[in-house]
Amino acid sequence: MGPFLLVTIQVDLYDRLALMLESDLVQAISKSGAQGVLIDISAVSIVDSFMGRIIGNIASMARLLDAHTVVVGMQPAVAITLIELGLTLPGVQTALNVEKGMQLLQSRIRVADSEEDAPHGDDDAGSPE
Amino acid sequence: MRHTGTTMLVVLNKDAYSIQREQDVILFRNRVKEFAVRIGMGVVNQTKLITAASELVRNMLRYANGGDVLIEVITRGRENGIRLTFKDQGPGIPDIKQAMQDGFSTGRSLGLGLPGTKRLVSEFDIKSTVGVGTTVTIVKWKNG
Ligand SMILES: Nc1ncnc2c1ncn2[C@@H]1O[C@H](COP(=O)(O)OP(=O)(O)OP(=O)(O)O)[C@@H](O)[C@H]1O
Ligand SMILES: [Mg+2]
Repeated sequence: MGPFLLVTIQVDLYDRLALMLESDLVQAISKSGAQGVLIDISAVSIVDSFMGRIIGNIASMARLLDAHTVVVGMQPAVAITLIELGLTLPGVQTALNVEKGMQLLQSRIRVADSEEDAPHGDDDAGSPE
Repeated sequence: MRHTGTTMLVVLNKDAYSIQREQDVILFRNRVKEFAVRIGMGVVNQTKLITAASELVRNMLRYANGGDVLIEVITRGRENGIRLTFKDQGPGIPDIKQAMQDGFSTGRSLGLGLPGTKRLVSEFDIKSTVGVGTTVTIVKWKNG
């Protein structure tokens, strides 16, 4: 199992910093061969559609690099607001805290590894979907 | 908009800001938060208001190259609230009904800003004239 990356966002990020985080993180994933990324947003008080899109981008790029992303520590008010705003984060899983996030990543990676070993893994040839 | 007829809306306090650059977004959000805290708005309503404000300033920057925002503390009857007016002199919106639909975007984005903002606030009003500009007004009541 590769290492996990833990990113803690300490403040409400300026847009340029958020975009930098996105590219730095993607590089860090590819360099380290990390299989999991934890993004701790417990100190973030506002997630608007811009910030949401950055998180979504990180998760989809991580996925291309074979890593899973879990967002941890989302404040309840932020979660309520995101639902009303209508922003869903496809491919992004959430967990209450870093510890729960790690457990989630470990189980995701175990499942992914066993699927790889299975004879009919992800091959979509002949699949009706 | 809600009309109560007998109760008058009173502006208690106000402040105006010019939004020109991306860096203004967070500064402006912090101002809105200060106003919301001052009237004792709870964290969930604060978060909804600030998120809505963030979407609207972003639209102003993106589609109209910036504009002006008015923050007002208002009271009607026993309710206190915050009213924000976003005014720009951008290209305007040709079809407001379309722009208010979830998923409609001319900026190849998610198209959530306007319809999402409407869901997050107590009152929402948009006026736009092509070639003249757009004005969006939102109200969040302290307990609304
Ligand atoms: N201030 C404005 N001036 C001119 N056009 C605007 C303005 N605000 C919004 N629009 C138009 O309305 C459309 C919908 O806006 P909305 O905020 O809902 O979505 P978006 O900005 O495209 O995407 P998102 O907000 O999800 O990133 C925009 O794509 C744009 O065409
Ligand atoms: Mg928008």
